Amino acid sequence: MAAVHDDHAHGHGHGHEHGHDDHAHGPPKGMMRWLTTTNHKDIGTMYLWFSFSMFIVGGLMAFGIRAELFQPGMQLMTPEFFNSLTTNHGLIMVFGAIMPAFVGFANWQVPMMIGAPDMAFARMNNWSFWLLPPAALLLVSAFFVPGGAGAGGWTFYPPLSVQMGMGMDMMIFAVHILGASSIMGSINIITTILNMRAPGMTLMKMPLFVWTWLITAYLLVLVMPVLAGTVTMLLTDRHFGTNFFNAAGGGDPIMFQHIFWFFGHPEVYIMILPAFGIISEILPTFSRKPLFGYSSMVYATASIAILSCIVWAHHMFTVGMPVTAQLFFMYATMLIAVPTGVKVFNWTATMWQGSMSFETPMLFAIGFIFLFTIGGFSGVVCAVIPVDIQVQETYYVIAHFHYVLVSGSLFALFGGVYYWLPKWTGHMYDESLGKLHFWLSMVFFNVTFFVQHFLGLAGMPRRVPDYALQFADFNMISSIGAFGFGLSQLVFLTVVVKCIRGGKKAEAKPWDGATTLEWDLPSPAPYHSWVTPPVVK
Amino acid sequence: MSVAQANTVIMKKLLIFSVAMFGFGFALVPFYEKICEVAGVNNLLKADTLTENIQVDTSRWLTIELDANTRGLPWQFKPMQASVRIHPGEMVEVMYEVRNNSDREVAGQAIPSYSPQLLAQHLKKLECFCFTKQVLKPNEVRQMPVQFMIEPSLPSNVNVMTISYTFFELSSESADTGGKAKPI
Repeated sequence: MAAVHDDHAHGHGHGHEHGHDDHAHGPPKGMMRWLTTTNHKDIGTMYLWFSFSMFIVGGLMAFGIRAELFQPGMQLMTPEFFNSLTTNHGLIMVFGAIMPAFVGFANWQVPMMIGAPDMAFARMNNWSFWLLPPAALLLVSAFFVPGGAGAGGWTFYPPLSVQMGMGMDMMIFAVHILGASSIMGSINIITTILNMRAPGMTLMKMPLFVWTWLITAYLLVLVMPVLAGTVTMLLTDRHFGTNFFNAAGGGDPIMFQHIFWFFGHPEVYIMILPAFGIISEILPTFSRKPLFGYSSMVYATASIAILSCIVWAHHMFTVGMPVTAQLFFMYATMLIAVPTGVKVFNWTATMWQGSMSFETPMLFAIGFIFLFTIGGFSGVVCAVIPVDIQVQETYYVIAHFHYVLVSGSLFALFGGVYYWLPKWTGHMYDESLGKLHFWLSMVFFNVTFFVQHFLGLAGMPRRVPDYALQFADFNMISSIGAFGFGLSQLVFLTVVVKCIRGGKKAEAKPWDGATTLEWDLPSPAPYHSWVTPPVVK
Repeated sequence: MSVAQANTVIMKKLLIFSVAMFGFGFALVPFYEKICEVAGVNNLLKADTLTENIQVDTSRWLTIELDANTRGLPWQFKPMQASVRIHPGEMVEVMYEVRNNSDREVAGQAIPSYSPQLLAQHLKKLECFCFTKQVLKPNEVRQMPVQFMIEPSLPSNVNVMTISYTFFELSSESADTGGKAKPI
């Protein structure tokens, strides 16, 4: 996908940033730059830093959880506080860390990769970001109100979520705000991709990262409003006398689970599809080969998205469904393994006979394929109804979704950050520290979560602050791994800060195998890029 | 059409779509109730029928604790006896008493709840005040029966169980279908 652009126009727009061209002036200085910015790169940066700080907050909660579980018995905290930690760890990681991080990537990369000057609705873009800090504040400050933060699990199932104190209301409002932010962000992304592509950039020439985000954004506008509706029902049940979920009032708590997971299952693909996109950019670059089966990747992404909307009840096989319904959801779930398998096959085939090199982004990409596939397999295991009935609400499920969310989404995010850092900062990151970060993460991640498969199969339930003695050893191993994994992320912070401050000057295209449009821009990418759209051949 | 106008068109469409999906979340509620009704799941308002002749197992005693609650309506509601001791397969009738303490007419719907949960599969109710809505005149007192039997197939480790009812206020025009009970 090579781009030809008019070098004169380009030099004019970007070479003299403080020239007479209105679009080419630099950003205002200080705090006002960040508060008022409508620049997609600034907003992308804010999204990424926001999600990193939420990642630290959620990570500290995980520290608390693993510290309490280090040994059997009650050591450090009350069970209520422990439940608040597990609940908010999940919520913050999903809505505060992973999702905003991908939106940050979309902000930085989508306009640059499709040759657009900015996002379609720049002011709305600013607003979608600035909704996030108040929501995060609501979530975190809920710990300091009477009754504590929400503690009914990140899925806020009734009846617990109908009974709890005002911490739950704060959680509900936070979810409302986060949902509104996501919907606005998605509308922006869809419009940008559909309307603002450079001449010649047909849909089927778009980089796969852009494709996966287009499909993800559609999923978001499809299901985020349903989540907003669900939590609204919770709110009216709590305060306005409705009985949507109150069994005694003619409502049905099981119905909450159906509506919640109608949102919740597409949500897990919202968190993984952009990761697929990032991996599909990194692998061809470092294999120095075009992506194998581009169009099948697009179709696989779309079919995963469609299938994800009809499998929600596999999260609730034990609630007492008719057998036919159970079978339908089981087969539909297993069907998702087919397009996912297509993807894993294509990635492997992309590497096949490529002249591979193993810089940090590539290491994370390969780590992703290896570990995400393990997580995918344990997902297929969980889809088998009798097995699921056995492992429901055990650590097996915890292990499964951390393999897809941590070594899936998060590893892809790390890989993406290393891949595009030279473009963002204009400097090369420290390769040996990057590799250290990868190997530490890889080892400690597996130490933390692999043993949780065994805990789950042996029957250790999730969301408990104490456990039977036979689980002690594996829990200690898992806790040590978790502390190590958490501390390893300081290496990541170091690499990023070092890279922003200086380092070897990055060329426009630091990776010789890269083909997408953003590498035609100088490094660091100018504040306003593609003011004159490139022409894609 | 300029790019900005074209963008606005897409945004409007997507906003309308989002609002529609917000409504869809709420539309799932009646849809869910309909599915349950068609599938015969969760039907609290129909009497069970006894298909086979069931033998009373006189060798075994079960204790049924009776519980009664009200939520948000000015009624006093209690079982006439705290518990009954019965044999599996035996047809029993227990009485509940409800009193309207207010000076207005109030309609209520009782919703059952069982503990342990598996009791629901083995409890056969032939008659219950919870099958219909109850309308009490000001200060009216009413005694109401529940006629039930517990199947001998109940697992042998379950010997004490609780049947609980909670009364909810119904708006006067709503039909007496527990699944669609509309609170005021």
